[in-house]
Amino acid sequence: MKRSELISRFLIAAGTLLAVGAPLFFWSRTPLIHARMAEDGGWNPDVIQAEVGKPLHIKITSDDVVHGFAVGQMEMQSVDILPGKVTDITLNFDKPGIYTFFCTRWCGLNHWRMRGTIEVSGSPSDPEPVSPPLYVSLDLDLDAPHEAPLIPATQPSAINGQSLAVTNSITLSNEDYLTHSPYDVFAELKNTSLTESQRWDVVAYLWQTNTTPESLANGKELYAENCAACHGENGAGDGVFADDLAAAGESSMQTMEGAVDMMMQTPVDFTDSQRMLGASPALLQGKILRGGMGTGMPMWGAIFTEEQIWDLIAYIYAFQFDYQH
Amino acid sequence: MAKIELTRIPFIKNALKSRYPQLAVFIVMLIGYIFAILAGLIGTPVGSHNFSIVFVWIAWWAILILVAVPFFGRGWCAVCPIPLPGEWLQRGAVLSPPDKRPKWLNLRVPKMFRNIWLQNISFLLLALFSSVLLTTPNITGIVLAAMLFAAIGLSTVFERRAFCRYLCPVGGFIGLYSQTAPIELRIKDKQVCVTCEGKPCYNGSQAGYGCPWDVFPGGLTKNTYCGLCMECIRTCPHDNIAVNLRPFSADLAKPSTRMDEAFKAFIMLGSAIIYAGVLLGPWGAFKDAAYNVGSGAWFIYAAAFLAIIFVVLPSLFTLGILNTKNTLSLKQRFASLSTALIPLGLMFWVAFSLSFVLTNASYIIAALSDPLGLGWDLFGTANATWQPMLTSMLAPAQTLALVGGLIWSARTAQKAAGEVKVSPIPVIVYCFIATSLMLWLLL
Repeated sequence: MKRSELISRFLIAAGTLLAVGAPLFFWSRTPLIHARMAEDGGWNPDVIQAEVGKPLHIKITSDDVVHGFAVGQMEMQSVDILPGKVTDITLNFDKPGIYTFFCTRWCGLNHWRMRGTIEVSGSPSDPEPVSPPLYVSLDLDLDAPHEAPLIPATQPSAINGQSLAVTNSITLSNEDYLTHSPYDVFAELKNTSLTESQRWDVVAYLWQTNTTPESLANGKELYAENCAACHGENGAGDGVFADDLAAAGESSMQTMEGAVDMMMQTPVDFTDSQRMLGASPALLQGKILRGGMGTGMPMWGAIFTEEQIWDLIAYIYAFQFDYQH
Repeated sequence: MAKIELTRIPFIKNALKSRYPQLAVFIVMLIGYIFAILAGLIGTPVGSHNFSIVFVWIAWWAILILVAVPFFGRGWCAVCPIPLPGEWLQRGAVLSPPDKRPKWLNLRVPKMFRNIWLQNISFLLLALFSSVLLTTPNITGIVLAAMLFAAIGLSTVFERRAFCRYLCPVGGFIGLYSQTAPIELRIKDKQVCVTCEGKPCYNGSQAGYGCPWDVFPGGLTKNTYCGLCMECIRTCPHDNIAVNLRPFSADLAKPSTRMDEAFKAFIMLGSAIIYAGVLLGPWGAFKDAAYNVGSGAWFIYAAAFLAIIFVVLPSLFTLGILNTKNTLSLKQRFASLSTALIPLGLMFWVAFSLSFVLTNASYIIAALSDPLGLGWDLFGTANATWQPMLTSMLAPAQTLALVGGLIWSARTAQKAAGEVKVSPIPVIVYCFIATSLMLWLLL
């Protein structure tokens, strides 16, 4: 064989090897976490291993639309994951445990199902006592009806209620606030000389005294990011996904493994006074922590801190009460 | 305008006669092609950031339809990497002179397939699935790989470049439109070929291989089936092969009489019109139908696509030329007069392609730095934002292309009608209506 033929064959073989080998080599050495809409698989992989005290470097890319990445119960800003782009994230864990990471962008009907876990190993340096959530210690049935038998004719005003409460020395401790529905408190005020409308105003004021402007602002932000897609910006259960959720019903869930018995439902309307004034903060905490158990309402226990949930609840009551000063 | 023989220039002649420059280009193209397959299969599924989609369907297509075909005819075929592995396997060599004993089966392609109907079908298959093919990297990777393996398979069964000549989905229209290009490969003196013994340009010799495109250069009158592989320049013992610069559309002066080529013109014209309406138009339902491959709406879209190309457009054309009676049969007049649709179709494709190429060209810059979507930034352009280019030029350029195409096709119609001795008016009216429709769809 002539030398030129030999060299040509070598160059072709080398070029082919390079064209095949180089992409495969770099691809195999760049482990990516892929984000896809939940219907198409969600996060892949959805379980990540990490160690306490050892920074976790991850590269995430989106295979379809814009997603977001955040880790529940951690102080971190959510990061956008853009289609076809790679985002580098470094996480540090100081406590072992199972953390939940989740999508923070409304990427589709099953957006809230985009969750994964980070299993952080290591010895706990400072074990913390764990107490059950309030709804468990109160033994509340989260699925029992809790409608208020009576609702106000107009939206109760905290500012009107303030003078009435001060005049009549009416207060509400935080413990009572957490364990009573607005209607419970309204009912307990029946022995006063106040009219029904005034009693509701006082309830609005008492609810306001059990929160702060900072809590409400934080709750509002959390609500806008995590709840408004379904429950609507104004709490009316008319978020951008609401119609699709109701229309999709069972069919939308059948693509998800192990979820065929579930049934999407129209999101709860937080402006529904009968429902909301009959619910105590402890009950709402349970619903948020646990989720709707097959209704399409996700469980947020692994995502929100306790403080965040109370802030969120305080904000949700703002759909019932006029808190303006 | 007279022809200018480019091969008179020693640099060009030597560059074409030597195998090494071509081999260097081949190796680079093959590496790029294989990389595109790999990128499609393992790179990001996001088409706008994947090398396979961005470089094949935006960069390559732009070069092909806006530069290569109009100015170099089958210039792309001259450097296309798809037939190379099969051809090297078939020859058992890359550079060495041909072995006297044929490798593999070396069968002749059956006569019934020696036309471009298979290319018409393969193009339509890709066209019907184009919305998915053009946006889904792994589908693009699979199709690119399938073409490579099909070419290898055909090379082991049939003689010469059977894939290029009879099956390649793009080879058919490149051949059709190459007739308009200002470049050609032709013999210098017919008498030399008549008296040439052994016809090494077709049968091969120690100097090189017989025409891979199954063409006898001595009989070349149009570009359609000459792949510009330059093998005949190497094998001709009489230095009788020339590459010429010539006026545009010189081949169209002698209209074709073949129905496969006539329908190719309708396929290309119809596809450009349908794409302009479906992919660039404001009708979401059409777009959804085209994208939801396999759905009921897609089947309706596919049926409509084929009906427009094979029934509506040819029927209207036939109706137009019915009264142009002369001694030739309607079929012959149909085939000859459809020559006028060749420049028109080419300019329709130029106008259509300008839209999406200028809109999406900025993806090329980002994909260069991160071709696989692995987070690389090789040239610091990975985060270049998407931005349509030369938007103010788009509408004037498209108008120029379409109106220019109409004038060009009218002139071609005059020549074709003169050849078959009928009036060109119906064909010109047909071209005018088609151009008006295209202008309305694009602007």
